[in-house]
Amino acid sequence: MELVTPSIGLVFWTLVSFLILLVILKKLAWKPMLGAIHERERSIEDALNKAELAKQEMARLSNENEALLKQAKAERDAILKEAKEIKDQIVNEAKTQAQTEGAKLIEKAKLEINNQKIAALDEVKNQVASLSLEIAEKIMRQQFNDKQKQEQLVGELLKDVKLS
Amino acid sequence: MDFSHILNYKNFGLKALFALFLAFLSFNAYSNQENATIEPAGAEAGHHAAAEEKFDPTVTILEHISDAHSWHLWGHTSLPLPVILYTPQGLEIFSSANLMDEHHAPKPYAGKYYTYVNEHEHIKVLKADGTVDESVSILDFSITKNVAAMFISVILILVIFISVAGSYKKRVGKAPKGLQSWLEPLIVFVRDDIARPNIGYKYEKFMPLLLTIFFFIWFNNLLGLVPIFPGSANVTGNIAVTMVLAFIVLVVVNINGNKYYWAHIFKPDVPFWLLPIMWVVEVIGVFSKPFALMVRLFANITAGHIIVLSLISLIFIFKTLAIAPVSVAFVLFMDVLELLVAFLQAFIFTMLTALFIGTAVEEHHH
Repeated sequence: MELVTPSIGLVFWTLVSFLILLVILKKLAWKPMLGAIHERERSIEDALNKAELAKQEMARLSNENEALLKQAKAERDAILKEAKEIKDQIVNEAKTQAQTEGAKLIEKAKLEINNQKIAALDEVKNQVASLSLEIAEKIMRQQFNDKQKQEQLVGELLKDVKLS
Repeated sequence: MDFSHILNYKNFGLKALFALFLAFLSFNAYSNQENATIEPAGAEAGHHAAAEEKFDPTVTILEHISDAHSWHLWGHTSLPLPVILYTPQGLEIFSSANLMDEHHAPKPYAGKYYTYVNEHEHIKVLKADGTVDESVSILDFSITKNVAAMFISVILILVIFISVAGSYKKRVGKAPKGLQSWLEPLIVFVRDDIARPNIGYKYEKFMPLLLTIFFFIWFNNLLGLVPIFPGSANVTGNIAVTMVLAFIVLVVVNINGNKYYWAHIFKPDVPFWLLPIMWVVEVIGVFSKPFALMVRLFANITAGHIIVLSLISLIFIFKTLAIAPVSVAFVLFMDVLELLVAFLQAFIFTMLTALFIGTAVEEHHH
């Protein structure tokens, strides 16, 4: 039948044009196109991978930051606590030092007061002694103004001596 | 939104139309039978005049889907095409305009070596007394309508794809744009859905062939659907074209067949006394696969053209414009369907090619 009888001319021209089309397209179209598509796909994949890596890196960094922050907070707390302790210690030390210093001063003052008191008493004693002597001298002088009395006294003193 | 009720309504309408159409179709078949019985009796010379009076859809349709030595444009205007003949005495080249008179009736032309006549698109040599000389065998390498249409589609494909390849070079690493973004999904489709799953990791070697087959068939299918000049030829619905494509597939598959492929054909895993039968079966299988490709593409595209032409012919069979709306509606429906078929056949041809290549190159795994 006419319809299913291939004609030699069409077979020839189809073969020629298809092969030419295949060769030209392979060289000028398919190679650059498939290459470009492949290249683009690879670059997209790369970019996605890189984005994933960057995300992980970001997560890691933020974790690190958080840890650092925590650590810093803990350190700050520790420093504050230490400072407080030191302050307390200093205050206490100052207090005890002041107390001992005070006590020492008081002690010293007491000693001084005593010394002064003893000295004063000595002074008073001396004064009293000299006063008594003066008084006694004055009294003696009064007594020995009268001759009779002097002789009486000497007599009595002599009597005493004999007795001893 | 729910359109199901509209769909149902349309289905109903379509059913009614189909019923109507079937009624016409049976009538059409009757008239064809009538014509078939009448035709051989009809005188050869009076055929042209008779066709004017009585419309014969068979002749018209076959004329339209067959190859021709001139490209009919409209009315009595045709584009003459070069006739190239390889005769026993040498090459003969002349315009097909010489082979017909102003009424498109065939007319003898005295060439360099012989006198030629176009007898139903077969160039024959005439003897001195005006009868056909069957003893002189000439090979017809004319640029026929199909060849010219194929050249146009080849040029179109080259222009489109080379320009798109250029934009790939210009826009390295950027998103596709324009024609590029229209073609890229198709190329990626051929690669990811046809080549890769069927061939496997060796697919890259066959990509150029598969892409060329796919776009060659698809562009020719689409151009065949265009009813006016650059289209209108039935290139992929011609057995010669599909035969060449199938032949190329046959050659590529068998050249690339590895030892497992040949072992499967000549040393299949069957009892020894079955081997002779298996050899026959397998060798037939080698040829029947491309043969099926050839027939499938040819039959699908030709059938589509025949249906469209038959529907148009209804108007002329009934000789009334009243039938025209029905014809146009059906032709529109068929054309849309043919758009799908154009893509589908290109896809199936390419996919089966990939499948055959895949069986030829696959590694042994049992």
